[in-house]
Amino acid sequence: MMDRSAVGKQGAEFELDVERGKIHEFARAIRADDPAYFRREHQPSPPTFLTTMFFWEELVPGGNPWHLVAMSQERGMHAEQEYIFHGPPPVAGTRLRCRSRIESIYEKAGKRGGTLTFAVMVTEFRDDSGRLVAEARMTGVETERAPEEGK
Amino acid sequence: MRWQDLSEGATGPAPLVVGPITRTDFVRYQGASGDMNPIHHDEPFARAAGYQAPLAVGMFQAGVLSSWATGWLGAENVRRYKVRWKEQCWPGDVLTFSGRVARRYEENGEKKVDLDLVCTRQNGGVAVQGWATFVVPA
Repeated sequence: MMDRSAVGKQGAEFELDVERGKIHEFARAIRADDPAYFRREHQPSPPTFLTTMFFWEELVPGGNPWHLVAMSQERGMHAEQEYIFHGPPPVAGTRLRCRSRIESIYEKAGKRGGTLTFAVMVTEFRDDSGRLVAEARMTGVETERAPEEGK
Repeated sequence: MRWQDLSEGATGPAPLVVGPITRTDFVRYQGASGDMNPIHHDEPFARAAGYQAPLAVGMFQAGVLSSWATGWLGAENVRRYKVRWKEQCWPGDVLTFSGRVARRYEENGEKKVDLDLVCTRQNGGVAVQGWATFVVPA
């Protein structure tokens, strides 16, 4: 059961350094072949790279308010993910200031019966000048039981 | 990439075929991303949760789908990327990544295209739907 009292809660601000080595590692893991990812200067980060905020938010107590949603690890999964860039994606060497908030929790009837509960977390990424560089929207879903396929 | 080649419906480069995907692919992605949920690599944990095997990391498929798109239109040109997971993937799956131009337009003096993207499994099932917006440099 997700905890609806998480809605509106905001995490503490944390920093994310966009690093060349991490871009290289990440690009290889997602089979990216744009040579821009592997050049020596001004490497752009891949479209889903900001998911590496996992590494950074844990450095700041309270950085990740997603824990407050209390989604089941066995019956919970990622439903949707969106990244919006207000200009080119951040390049290696950029320091981002990041803040997440729980935007909403809502229910829908599942196609095969049971209730699906969704939670949305929004993270804003700003550069040193305070300019909004990117936004991430993560939607998690929790089923009442594990999906049938694969059992 | 030339604007005149990006008519609505244009399908871009050949689809990317990846697989059979392996637990190593998941572990490599998890190490890179920092998402260490054991359901994607810990066999006893996955079985206890009711699965036959560790399930693929959804963000791995989402990432590869984005790679197909940035390989076409350029990593620096993406302005929006969204995915919705439809079907789970498993070790041994062979995945195909492709897309097409859904809309071609100019906005605030920039030339842009919206893409519809898809990752399908070997049985034809849609694993991931994606949507992207790219600017097209003059």
